[in-house]
Amino acid sequence: MSEFPTNAKVVVIGAGIVGNCLVGHLARLGWTDLVLIEKGPLPNPGGSTGHASNFIFPVDHNKEMALLGEQSADQYRDMNLSVDSGGIEVARTQERMDELDRRMTSAKAWGIEAHLLSPAEVKELVPFINEEVILGGFYCPTVSVVDSLETGTVMRKEAIETAGCQVFANTEVLDIETIQGDGGITTVSAVVTDKGRIEAEYVVVACGVWSNRIANMAGATIPLVPTVHQMADVGPMDILAETNNEIGYPIVRDMDTFCYERQSSGSMEVGSYGHRAILHHPDEIPSNQEAALSPTEMPFTPDDFDDQMETAIELMDMLGDAEIKYAINGLLSLTPDGMPCLGETTEVRNLWSAAAVWVKEGPGMAQVVAEWMTYGYPRVIDAHGADLARFYEGERSDEHIWSRADESFIKTYGIVHPAEQWEGRRNIDVGPYFSRQEDLEAMFFQARTWERPQWYGANADLVERYDLSERTVEWDNRWWSPITVGEHLNLRENCGLVDLSAFQIYELEGPGAVQYADYLAVNKVDVAVGRSIYTPWLTPDGGFHSDLTMMRTAQDKVRIVTGVFDGGRDSFWVNRHMPLDGSVKFTNITKQVTTLGLWGPNAPTVLGQLTNADLSQNGSPYGSVIDVEIAGLPCTLFRVSYVGDTGWEIYTNWTNGPALWDALMAAGADQGIRPTGGGVYGSSGRLEKGYRLMGSELESEYNPLEAGLARPKVKAADFIGKEAYLAAREGTTEVAMCTLTVEDQTDSQGHQRFMQGGNEPILTLDGGRIVDSHGRASRVTSAGFGPSVGKHLLMAYLPTELAAPGTDLQVMYMNELFPVKVGSTGAIFDPENTRLKS
Amino acid sequence: MRLLVCVKRVPAPGARINITVDEQAVDSAHLGFTTSPHEECALEEAVQIAEAHEGQVTVLTLGPAEAEEQLRYAASVGANHFVLLPITEVDWDAQRTAAALAKAISDLEETEGSFDLVLFGNESADAGGFQVGVRVAHALGRPIVNGIKGIDVAEGTVTARREIDGGFEVYEIPTPAVLGIKEGINLPRYPTMKGRLASKKAVIEATEPTAEPGGQKRRRLHRPEEAASTTVILGEGPEAAPAVVDLLEELGVLS
Repeated sequence: MSEFPTNAKVVVIGAGIVGNCLVGHLARLGWTDLVLIEKGPLPNPGGSTGHASNFIFPVDHNKEMALLGEQSADQYRDMNLSVDSGGIEVARTQERMDELDRRMTSAKAWGIEAHLLSPAEVKELVPFINEEVILGGFYCPTVSVVDSLETGTVMRKEAIETAGCQVFANTEVLDIETIQGDGGITTVSAVVTDKGRIEAEYVVVACGVWSNRIANMAGATIPLVPTVHQMADVGPMDILAETNNEIGYPIVRDMDTFCYERQSSGSMEVGSYGHRAILHHPDEIPSNQEAALSPTEMPFTPDDFDDQMETAIELMDMLGDAEIKYAINGLLSLTPDGMPCLGETTEVRNLWSAAAVWVKEGPGMAQVVAEWMTYGYPRVIDAHGADLARFYEGERSDEHIWSRADESFIKTYGIVHPAEQWEGRRNIDVGPYFSRQEDLEAMFFQARTWERPQWYGANADLVERYDLSERTVEWDNRWWSPITVGEHLNLRENCGLVDLSAFQIYELEGPGAVQYADYLAVNKVDVAVGRSIYTPWLTPDGGFHSDLTMMRTAQDKVRIVTGVFDGGRDSFWVNRHMPLDGSVKFTNITKQVTTLGLWGPNAPTVLGQLTNADLSQNGSPYGSVIDVEIAGLPCTLFRVSYVGDTGWEIYTNWTNGPALWDALMAAGADQGIRPTGGGVYGSSGRLEKGYRLMGSELESEYNPLEAGLARPKVKAADFIGKEAYLAAREGTTEVAMCTLTVEDQTDSQGHQRFMQGGNEPILTLDGGRIVDSHGRASRVTSAGFGPSVGKHLLMAYLPTELAAPGTDLQVMYMNELFPVKVGSTGAIFDPENTRLKS
Repeated sequence: MRLLVCVKRVPAPGARINITVDEQAVDSAHLGFTTSPHEECALEEAVQIAEAHEGQVTVLTLGPAEAEEQLRYAASVGANHFVLLPITEVDWDAQRTAAALAKAISDLEETEGSFDLVLFGNESADAGGFQVGVRVAHALGRPIVNGIKGIDVAEGTVTARREIDGGFEVYEIPTPAVLGIKEGINLPRYPTMKGRLASKKAVIEATEPTAEPGGQKRRRLHRPEEAASTTVILGEGPEAAPAVVDLLEELGVLS
């Protein structure tokens, strides 16, 4: 063994599938001076990789998980450490059959071969299944079984051979040291182990279930919790042994019992996500020496598994007489939102996380982190959903992590509606109007930690007024109400008051504030005081990192207003690029300032009753930011609209919020004002106007030209991503963001269907996928009914040759095809923006 | 054929065994529990004998209420009757344990008839006292042989084999008798899924044990210093072969 080093460029902690693949990918990207340390022995250190079931079902509704799963599966294939066993998700209920239709749709979106099978067809592939208890199956021939330990070994060896990576097993991390680096920024400096201390420029935590504990040593958090997944190996069984193969039959996922059966040579592994959630603190995990099996193979608690056995025997009778040779409470990582924790920690510079990653997406996620460290942002895919910075403070506590893991464990094989709300840990952050909204029977949707009214029960009378009705198919009606259509139509007819308190608001202040703000933004921030800009922030590769509003509120002050889903990432981005000379101060004023949106043709009349300010297009032109007094309260008026009707975002002190609300509601009483929810603001109003949403239409895989957000000129000042942006402007723009109308929503059962905006594929008239030269498929990024245009609206990127209005295409939803027509690359409703100018 | 097997709930530790702060018990915070390996073999042997001779297997344990888990495990691999002598203090010495077991066995025999064979594990996996089986046999006035690795039963007698250097000692003992079984006599079966599910329905009879404390009292548990071991890497790949040959010769494996 080589001498334990005293310094290194990068120390990666943890040699599971992620740490090994990470050093391999870093080596491929040209990194040298790498050290990989691991607490346990190699090749199986005793983490979750060692007991993984090692199969990959490539179809997932989530784009990041699906594409990185596929990407990972291909990496395993490239190493010849993978076999395509095929896999079948079987359904025991009609609800699950509907979900399988949804799986077929996602398979089509990602270009993964899949077939729906009858029970008899399932039986042909899996002769030992009891076809009488199932209604059908979703068969995916490219489901693969991989050798994750050997893959780790191969990647590690590649790093050793090509980059001189030094590897130290049986080496325990005792501490991670930090220093106050340039600009007083807490920066990682060294890793202290029981073999010695290594100074390092970068440290990556790839410690699986132990990751939060290790990050905590440096004062950082990686919000995940070790969670039990029970697994039993039963056998031997002749029919399996006769295959003379590790895996000869397709893997069966018995989705409705949250269980899987996966052949392993002559035995069957029965795994469960159906038991109670069993969570452990990392300190409860035994050491390698203390563990009876391995640290993450904890003692089996059979009582939790009994129900699963009964249902497994129901599906495969032969399992009943097979011996339970091995059974564990295997640990894996769960996060508060089910997504991995990738990227630099927000608390400690150069301390990175590659955690909460399962075997099925390990190599791909490792590539994401390696690219992120190399290029400043991942290239293989947009990874905003996995970005560690997405978590707010309130999501990083054990209380929150445990509550979410407790609630989500059973959803691992569950049928999860795209709009499904959490039951626990609600009301963490609420606006100043919360009690009023409760009185108005608001239906709250939680955005990260923030509660936002989606619609108001008190507006139920609008359903009658506008002759509205529920949707006939329960799935489409779930987490939806016709009240939201009523609120929309009322806003267009009268006006609506929208609570925007969840806006994340920051301030840059100081002599360098404007210059720095310009460095973040594509569009020019150095404008007159009182002007605002709507602008993308780009990644170094010229894709979207953010899309937000910046306001020059004083000579040396810039306000940043961004969406609640992006606040964590955006504030981290600002801090990460901040000049170190102290010329800019960053302040989060989210909870000092509350925002109300007032929009609709009557909005000027309502507001005019409360202020002497000139509200005309001269006194308060579109995009202007002016300080005014409203109902005696100091407010800032920002004339803007995200719903397509004239009006303002009104900012005031948090404590003044309730008085402002009351004044506006009173002044609007005879103007038809209604509290109006996110169903209008974030969906129907926005979609009718074709306004793009960060995280849906806007991702790092797309640039402002493709999104239709490029300005005619590029500012002189430098900004992040400028070079790539200029190059993109020189080249041809291959795709364009379009709004499409669904021309006939009737399905084969005669029901009206409403696409949800869950990556439903846009297809040609002959049913073919539409994929550009970068491999990006056309899919629905947002969807919602447009009450003022009377059509269901979809947004999608389309190749420019298909982006012409009037082009006929199709959308797949629940495995059925519906005709759609390209409406516009801009707004469907009021494309001339006459209503904004009124 | 009526058989009785005595089992003990013991922790299933890893390589390193931790002791509680009060030094009175193995720290089981991270541990599962199991039946001592010798006893698993005793149970397997009893089930096999019962299967061959249309017998019945009763399993008896003295331990905490949680020892029900070990009785259900016995049910899952084919035992028929289950008796738990629940205790709350963990520190029952061998004398007291044996007295309680002997009393329970006598009581069972009084109502249901004598057991032809009472099987123990050679020693428990945790305390390793080697005493309880002998004491119970003595109390019941029955012959006992320990270290048994083979059993043949016949009418009125049992032939038991004990491994010694280079061979076996063979004992022919009249029944009823007591045997201390050693791991290796058989390969215990694992429970089947159906066996596990059926075991949940097994009726467990609980009887308060009555026995006076014995003369032995636990003062404290102590973990001996771990012997330091040195690993010598002989080389990697084919180049290591000569060194391996040398070592094997040195060890007398090759000559």
